[in-house]
Amino acid sequence: MKIAVCLGNVPDTTTKVKFVDGATLDKAGIQWIINPWDELALTRAIELKEDAGNAVNSVTAITVGGKDSEPTIRKALAIGADDAIRVDAEPADAFAVASELAEVIKGKDFDIIMCGIESSDYNGSAVGGMLAEILDLPSVSAVSKMNISGNEIELDREIDGGKEVVTVQTPFVAVVQKGIAKEPRIAAMRGIMMARKKPLDVVPSTGISANAEFKSFGLPQPKAPCKMVDPANVAELVSLLQNEAKVL
Amino acid sequence: MSVLVYTENWDGKFKKLSFELVSYAKGVAEMLGTKTTVVSIGNVDEAELAKLGNYGASKILKVEGDNLSSLDNQVFTGIISQAAIKENASVVILSHNNTGKAIAPRLAVKLNAALASGLGKLPLSVDPFTVNKKVFSGKAFADVVLSSDVKVLTLAQNSFELIENGGAAVIETFDAEVGQVKTKVKDIQKQTGKILLNDAEIVVSGGRGMKSPDNWGTIEELAELLEAATACSRPVSDEGWRPHNEHTGQTGKIIAPNLYIAAGISGAIQHLAGVSSSKCIVAINTDKDAPIFEAADYGIVGDALKVLPEFINAVKEIKAK
Ligand SMILES: Cc1cc2nc3c(=O)[nH]c(=O)nc-3n(C[C@H](O)[C@H](O)[C@H](O)COP(=O)(O)OP(=O)(O)OC[C@H]3O[C@@H](n4cnc5c(N)ncnc54)[C@H](O)[C@@H]3O)c2cc1C
Ligand SMILES: Nc1ncnc2c1ncn2[C@@H]1O[C@H](COP(=O)(O)O)[C@@H](O)[C@H]1O
Repeated sequence: MKIAVCLGNVPDTTTKVKFVDGATLDKAGIQWIINPWDELALTRAIELKEDAGNAVNSVTAITVGGKDSEPTIRKALAIGADDAIRVDAEPADAFAVASELAEVIKGKDFDIIMCGIESSDYNGSAVGGMLAEILDLPSVSAVSKMNISGNEIELDREIDGGKEVVTVQTPFVAVVQKGIAKEPRIAAMRGIMMARKKPLDVVPSTGISANAEFKSFGLPQPKAPCKMVDPANVAELVSLLQNEAKVL
Repeated sequence: MSVLVYTENWDGKFKKLSFELVSYAKGVAEMLGTKTTVVSIGNVDEAELAKLGNYGASKILKVEGDNLSSLDNQVFTGIISQAAIKENASVVILSHNNTGKAIAPRLAVKLNAALASGLGKLPLSVDPFTVNKKVFSGKAFADVVLSSDVKVLTLAQNSFELIENGGAAVIETFDAEVGQVKTKVKDIQKQTGKILLNDAEIVVSGGRGMKSPDNWGTIEELAELLEAATACSRPVSDEGWRPHNEHTGQTGKIIAPNLYIAAGISGAIQHLAGVSSSKCIVAINTDKDAPIFEAADYGIVGDALKVLPEFINAVKEIKAK
């Protein structure tokens, strides 16, 4: 069995974002990381491979990004992916990314293709579903648990107000969220050394164009200062919530 | 031309989220000078369907069938796309909940449509079709232009006002072609009796400052009193103090209740990413410099273990009046 994990490269979640002329992200000083859900997906894929009970032969990390996203994909190799592919294209929008991914995944016989529920930068929640539709594969979304039994994959998926245990046949796309792995695995020194020798294939972009254009960016309005209430007078807080904020 | 909206049902019933969606779709339809059609999949009785007319649906296409009670992404995408083609829809709207996130991107590909997700407001303009959406987990906003003929939009829960207009919808049975179901549901585990975090108008949430899972009694009591849901920060669910489905934040649930009460939560940026759209935030924290106070509307610098019981008493008093 072969697993592919699609990884995005995003600013660290504590980044205070700024824009140049309200049109492009100011990349100065940003630390780039593997999108948090993708890191969990990768962790789970590696766990499944390490468990000898599962016939997982390989875990491939795939990213769509320019040369500057290379450290991120190297990190995926250091964490434990066997090989990696970088599609040399700036991720313009979800459709363009999904199309590029579909192009490299096609014909590679992956049994499980994992994506995260959303990227923490543009918050699209789109690439995984789009990829599945382009490849005409089943997809299961909001996956919080994944196990392999023979040819069948058993998954937990979150629904409004609970969860369902579902099975699906391979190949398919799993769109994963919190719970899929407990903690993201971090690269050990040995992994970092080994990563240098692992194959990283750089493939050219097919040039598929975006259909959503991020025209301009703005920052939220600054908030009014917090109204402080004396801890000895909690009743006043409740009264403010009732009469001023009108939320009780 | 028309605006199509997919309204999911829960055991044959709609909820506030469904009415928000139809109200929103009606707003988009007005901007385009057209009407709103609803597509409903699974068994929902006529009285329940008729409720959607009040929020602006002109027509309802109902698709019923034995194997449509649980979600198969491909099957549902197929049905909604057939409805979109039949209705000549130029905009298709879904919720930004788990179901919508699962289907909307597939639908966008199938309809050659651009997708804009997690919206909270009507489009800024329909020509060019421009929407404003949260990016960087709420740290910024972007104006996004969708250039395709058809557009797929998803609406964030609790972000759009219900608009009742007393209308009535025509209900039609739609014989869509149902594809092969490839996801089989083996088991369903439902949370019963409790108010769901995503649906709740008030949320009472605790962080590591609550010190121990044994101290959650006050959080639960206050929640019950206010008909609120309970939530927590990530470390609290990681420690196993509270169930995982209660964790709010960037990697947990993203919610927008009318009131979010944060007790013993520092207000880390990843936590705020999940709750900053709340209409009113109350913070209770011993540290006056905790970042939660920058996001909060009302604050108390104090020990949550002492403040919460007093909060409960004060609420009981106003309730008694
Ligand atoms: C990639 C990534 C994703 C993350 N995603 C999330 C997420 O989705 N959600 C999330 O919550 N976190 C998330 N985190 C973790 C986040 O950075 C914080 O570590 C976390 O939110 C802190 O939780 P806390 O406020 O409960 O605990 P702490 O940071 O330990 O804060 C406890 C607070 O309680 C106060 N306090 C102590 N005693 C009392 C008392 N008696 N009464 C009142 N106040 C008291 C303290 O002053 C302090 O402010 C994420 C982190 C990363 C790196
Ligand atoms: N540039 C990218 N390269 C590879 N995978 C990506 C990229 N962007 C997004 N993805 C995948 O798609 C998921 C959802 O992203 P999004 O639709 O952008 O919210 C992510 O969690 C990744 O698994």
